[in-house]
Amino acid sequence: MAILSKDEAQALLKKVLTYSTADECEASLRGRTSGNIRYARNSVSTAGAQDSVSLAVEARFGKRAGVATCNEFDDATLRRCVQRAEEIARLAPENPEYVPLLGAQTYLSPPSAATTVLTPALRAQAAADSMTLCTAKNLTSAGFLDGGTRFTAIRNSKGLEAYQQSTNTDFSVTVRTPDGRGSGYAIADVTDPAKLNTKALTQRAADKALGSVGAKAIEPGKYTVILEPAALMAGDDLSLLGGLVSGLDARSADEGRSFMTKKGGGNRKGEKLFDERINIYSDPLNAEVPGNAFDGDGLPTQRMSWVEKGVVKNLYYSRYWAEKNKVAPTAYPSGFIMTGGTQSTAELIKGTQKGILVTRLWYIREVDPQTLLYTGLTRDGTFYIENGAIKFPIKNLRFNESPIIMLNNIEAIGRPVRLAGCLVPPLKIRDFTFTSLSDAI
Amino acid sequence: MNRRDFTALTGLAAGALWLPSFPSLAGNIIDPSQLLEPGLDVAAKKRMADVALNAAKAAGATYADIRIQRTLNQSIFTREKQVQGISNIESLGVGIRVIANGTWGFASTNNMTDAGIAKTAQHAVAIAKANSKVQKEPVKLAPQKGYGDVSWKTPIEKNAFEVPIKEKADLLLAANAAATDNGASFVNSALFQVNEQKYFASTDGSYIDQDIHRIYPTFGVTVVDRASGKFRSRQSLSSPMGMGYEYLTPKAADKMAGPTGSDVIGYKNSYDILEDATRAAKQTKQKITCKSVVPGKYDLILDPHHLGLTIHESVGHPTELDRVLGYEANFAGTSFATLEWRKKNIPYGSKNVTIVADKLQRNSLGAVGYDDEGVKTKEWTLIDQGKLIDYQKIRDQAGIVGQNASDGCCYSQSWRDVQFQRMANVSLRPSATKRSVDELVSGVEKGIYIAGNGSFSIDQQRYNSQFGGQVFYAIEKGKITEMLEDVAYQTNTLEFWGACQGSCDQSDYRFAGFFNDGKGQPSQSSAVSHGSATTRFNGVNVINTARKIG
Repeated sequence: MAILSKDEAQALLKKVLTYSTADECEASLRGRTSGNIRYARNSVSTAGAQDSVSLAVEARFGKRAGVATCNEFDDATLRRCVQRAEEIARLAPENPEYVPLLGAQTYLSPPSAATTVLTPALRAQAAADSMTLCTAKNLTSAGFLDGGTRFTAIRNSKGLEAYQQSTNTDFSVTVRTPDGRGSGYAIADVTDPAKLNTKALTQRAADKALGSVGAKAIEPGKYTVILEPAALMAGDDLSLLGGLVSGLDARSADEGRSFMTKKGGGNRKGEKLFDERINIYSDPLNAEVPGNAFDGDGLPTQRMSWVEKGVVKNLYYSRYWAEKNKVAPTAYPSGFIMTGGTQSTAELIKGTQKGILVTRLWYIREVDPQTLLYTGLTRDGTFYIENGAIKFPIKNLRFNESPIIMLNNIEAIGRPVRLAGCLVPPLKIRDFTFTSLSDAI
Repeated sequence: MNRRDFTALTGLAAGALWLPSFPSLAGNIIDPSQLLEPGLDVAAKKRMADVALNAAKAAGATYADIRIQRTLNQSIFTREKQVQGISNIESLGVGIRVIANGTWGFASTNNMTDAGIAKTAQHAVAIAKANSKVQKEPVKLAPQKGYGDVSWKTPIEKNAFEVPIKEKADLLLAANAAATDNGASFVNSALFQVNEQKYFASTDGSYIDQDIHRIYPTFGVTVVDRASGKFRSRQSLSSPMGMGYEYLTPKAADKMAGPTGSDVIGYKNSYDILEDATRAAKQTKQKITCKSVVPGKYDLILDPHHLGLTIHESVGHPTELDRVLGYEANFAGTSFATLEWRKKNIPYGSKNVTIVADKLQRNSLGAVGYDDEGVKTKEWTLIDQGKLIDYQKIRDQAGIVGQNASDGCCYSQSWRDVQFQRMANVSLRPSATKRSVDELVSGVEKGIYIAGNGSFSIDQQRYNSQFGGQVFYAIEKGKITEMLEDVAYQTNTLEFWGACQGSCDQSDYRFAGFFNDGKGQPSQSSAVSHGSATTRFNGVNVINTARKIG
């Protein structure tokens, strides 16, 4: 039941709308069937599965809106859900930021979902492949695999009809040496679970763990760094690039409380803020990272340039803020793509006289929203590079750096890889600011 | 900890208006009047629990427990003069955990028929048996006696759900007006209220009915100087509490003044949101033009609202035994305070540092009668006069450190998720001898007084941390002199606690709380309080966080 086809979902939503007496009504369905497996100390710790579908109805009378939800779909329950939304709407205050529901829209068709189903057996095997490798090498693994299929469908009284189904699988693993002196990490996300190779990823983490034993301390300061994609983007926390892209918001800039705010008023759209080699865009049709066809309002996503040759080309405009400023609204994309070159991380290392290779950054928090200054630490594999080769592992370091400054100090951009639904290249950056040492391994 | 979700809802960068107009898998949106409807009758819950326990045993479980949980949430969001969103959410279902073949299994459902519950119990056993094939460390539970039929309730004076939404929204709007009247350019405010109705039963013979309440009023004020393009913010100095709506009725005795000259008021067991919003706006205006800190070594005087977060990150997390053992290695991290490290007798802090864990303190977020595996809660010492003497542990961990009882700190965020070890309240003991905040400041030659918690970051083993704050004041020759900005301190956990020079006395003791502490994969949220009095730390490395971008 969790995954409804387009026809099933729209038939159900069509029925829901017939119960409405409101000025405007929108009904949406969201379902997910997924499973996960978690392991630590080379042994499975927990495993779970989720299978659920939920309906939300938004009823509007003038500028008053009410929402109700249910997860049973018999006629009586659907009717009650619509009635409850309408009752709440009648009692609600007028929304001063009201915008009418969207009418019929045309959507792109991102590449379709995977054909391989992530069964419990497949999840167990993927975890076993990782644990077996580590047990054989006398290393300790801790990992998490989570994936499944989801769908979203929207229909409203203005003629909007939207439907999309997608699949995704996320895997990450940390490998540690039994004496706790070395730690390594690898992460990947795929649309088709058949493309996930947990053994190869665990091998990469194991190599990092073994290579990071006996780390030396270096003086904090400004260094040339090679930031691997996992040091630039994280799916489950704030990251240097994720934070920058999600901060490209017109309203907060116009209100004067963003790094995109212009001195004297307005925003900095159209200004060159970064090195001219920086290009960031979103594209729901990208075959490697298919995106959402529409956002939560049902607004169609499309290929959109955010940064082109270092110039900020677009900011995110909500429908309300767009109307107020008489510009087109922006559908919020599900991921972004940063363009790059052809060099792998290994090739970037070869071209580096002196520098630091960073596998992963951790616990990143904003220090100053005015400059987008972030702090955080390296983790799970930090190495000193000399004359084009990794010389020795180094102790972890805390950084205090702004991605805006960082993207002005570009030395080289490598080949993008998929991470957290985005395409992110490894970056070689000069004068990256480390401010203290950490004993953490 | 993970406060990303919270920041997204109330923070300054949130671009889109938050409204619960999209179906959520977390629970069902309900009419606010349903928040006051009674949950299932205790006798009905006991009968359902027995269905689960019997089905689990029949399927081969050697141990089973069930949580029948109804969680009610109401959140109100406002900005300036408008209510942005109100959500009322109910989540109801059962989670069943079993041991079969020495291995844990867990399954949950919101199908609360006898057949649905029995099927879920069997599913949990099937998962345990399947996973037992790759299990290398059979589960050993610390013994736990059954308590029979018992109950516990947060000792609230006024259920927040009984207060009309309009009254609550009006209070937030009045706070917003107080801020804008005093110079704020923008203000976002929110009120979160939670009621967990939790019934636990296990094959040990416990049937525990609990009614748990939490509340969290908060705001963020921003002042924008258009001409210079500069903006500054200050968050509320409230704390989430294990209380009812009485927290929002200010009492003079709960207002704790900072050192003379600082214009800081902290709050104990009641909160004056109008007063704090007024003060926040004035302080934020000052932050635009005040002096930027000169980096260097300073003696720090940290208020409890600030220090609670430092305790959380540098003592609370590293003493969680699951982290120490490596169960969180892939996400939240491990700990420097390993079993081997403890044997070396390296001091965790100075003699002034005694830190206790508990799930008992009245008004704290951690307070419950029994944890989520049926263990009666207690207080225990983690650090005694600078020496680490114990960890935070649950039933399947006690034996690993040679103990035979859980500490009662097992928790799950909902019926849907499996329970695991979560942080108890972790608190710094105040000074036994009388000492005021002014007396503490008077001995400082060159220092900074920090109030409120701000930006925070710590490594995955909890050595190196960096903390900001909400407001900062320079101390020279024992006196507060002026406000400072761009302050953050970087420190190492052992150096920091080693530099602890002592605290004010019990009269200054109060909680800092955290509503959404994240841990586990998939990540679960828990709420926890940290008590302390204003405390001095000598010779801490302070950095200046101001930068220039093109």
